[in-house]
Amino acid sequence: MREQDIICEQNKVYSKSRILTDATMHYCPGCSHGVVHKLIAETIEEMGLQQRTIGVSPVGCAVFAYNYLDIDMAEAAHGRAPAVATAIKRLAPDKVVFTYQGDGDLSAIGTGEAIHACNRGESIVMFYINNAIYGMTGGQMAPTTLCGMKTATSPDGRDPKLHGYPYKIAEMLALLDGVCYVTRQTVASVTHIRRAKRAIRCAFENALAGRGVSFVEIVATCNSGWKMSPVAANKWLVENMLPFYPLGDIKNVKEE
Amino acid sequence: MKSDVRLLKGNEAVAEAAVRSGCDGYFGYPITPQSEILETLMALRPWETSGMQVVQAESEVAAINMVYGGAAIRRRVMTSSSSPGISLMCEGVSYIAAASLPCLIVNVQRGGPGLGTIQPSQGDYFQAVKGGGHGDYHCVVLAPCSVQEMYDFVFDAFEVAFRYRVPVIMLADGMVGQMMEKVKLTPPRQRRTQDEIIAECDTWALTGRGAHRQRNIVTSLQLQASEQEAFNLQLQAKYRQIESRETRWEEYRTEDAEWLLVAFGCSARICRESVDKARREGLRVGLLRPITLWPFPSGRIGELATKVKAMMTVELNAGQMVEDVRLAVNGRVPVWFYGRMGGVIFAPDEVLDNLKKQIESK
Repeated sequence: MREQDIICEQNKVYSKSRILTDATMHYCPGCSHGVVHKLIAETIEEMGLQQRTIGVSPVGCAVFAYNYLDIDMAEAAHGRAPAVATAIKRLAPDKVVFTYQGDGDLSAIGTGEAIHACNRGESIVMFYINNAIYGMTGGQMAPTTLCGMKTATSPDGRDPKLHGYPYKIAEMLALLDGVCYVTRQTVASVTHIRRAKRAIRCAFENALAGRGVSFVEIVATCNSGWKMSPVAANKWLVENMLPFYPLGDIKNVKEE
Repeated sequence: MKSDVRLLKGNEAVAEAAVRSGCDGYFGYPITPQSEILETLMALRPWETSGMQVVQAESEVAAINMVYGGAAIRRRVMTSSSSPGISLMCEGVSYIAAASLPCLIVNVQRGGPGLGTIQPSQGDYFQAVKGGGHGDYHCVVLAPCSVQEMYDFVFDAFEVAFRYRVPVIMLADGMVGQMMEKVKLTPPRQRRTQDEIIAECDTWALTGRGAHRQRNIVTSLQLQASEQEAFNLQLQAKYRQIESRETRWEEYRTEDAEWLLVAFGCSARICRESVDKARREGLRVGLLRPITLWPFPSGRIGELATKVKAMMTVELNAGQMVEDVRLAVNGRVPVWFYGRMGGVIFAPDEVLDNLKKQIESK
């Protein structure tokens, strides 16, 4: 059988989302960002929301999310994406607005903005990529760095006496009345990716219905920062991150 | 049409002007002496009439980033604060300037540094005119000296902000913010519709990526040095254009003046009295009031330096605008300075006495 007989439309089982651009991603091989971008792009495409969606990217590795997602996007100052998204949603209520932030951006420098956007109940989607490290600046300790974990600024491992404890901001935000949906997912395996996609869809549906904040945490790898191969990083995530950051829905008002 | 004249505080006039100028959103945080702006807007409930949104943010940092978001989708957005709050906003202002976004920031100045005092001051001249935030950028800075100007400059600020896509600062102070005067209000203007916004700004604003165009991105990041420099040069070219077209000032009795006072905002109000008093005593004093502090009327001050014997800059600070006056004069005549700080305000006599002392010791 000739190659062109195999590569044809009726044999197609998978294609790249139209919402993902052809730009070469700057993310390291093995990084979770690319998979999460893909899931967001697919969800926007499947729900027909390209023209209605406005994204807000953070400071950190995902600052360039706007290079890969073919939608209108604003890049926010470090930690301020939820404030930027608040104004966009208030002034253009017909738009679907999401923020995309890392653990340093959302749960260190931007804790205040995250809590208050949640507390005001802005009908936006907040993505929180938790890889327990500052990736872009070269692997420094994050608020979510596990105890004992070595980083550039905790070379002997995170010591709570010196650095405080890792914390779970998703559980904290779930306490706020303005938040309708809090879930923690990962993209460490195909099964996990499918579950994460369902959660992303649920979050976008909540935003369309005006239910308040949907908060989607993705426990992610930073194999370069962790100094591991992609395979080892995925294994380490399952064995070390997930026991401390358990997966599943933390709050779902629609089902309660 | 019958005009609507009211007795208002400067801060209340800003709130009225915001609604009547077709502003889409105000984002602010309480701080004395400007909290009446947010209070008045909340009492006016413009979301029920014009559709303007008003949000009390959790901090000045959040407020300026809300302004960034609103400006990114090309709405007419503004915030207001007083000196310590403006310091918190400076990072955001730098991002707004770098992302070429239009907006209005009102600073009703109080005495500093630090928590300082809640009394009037002009101590934020450097911050407003020379930057405040990081990097090579400018805001157009308008300095009102009356409640009417606090009203009018909201309209002017949005015009300039959108003409050049730059942040505009209205640099007021606790005196013009708190004092009450007659204000002539203008009939409300409609907010721009979504169709108008798309027609005007579809090339850059986040209006939604449709089939008709590529995606729009609002960002201030360039990782390549050469690309960043190219952007810097573009920005500087825009600033030169603003300098050549948007410089505003007002002169009072300068035609035959031998001695020139230079003052802005509420200080200029006081100096007008000093000029009149000097004239009654036979001393030929005039006043130049910069209305835009950036761009600064350096050209006109340079011209006057060839006509007067000396100038005295009068400010409610330790001497900030005087540096720009000296640059404009470039050593041609002496430039003296008189100022008070900490919320203490000079009287017209006090200014004149100091001018006379300087003239005597010349």
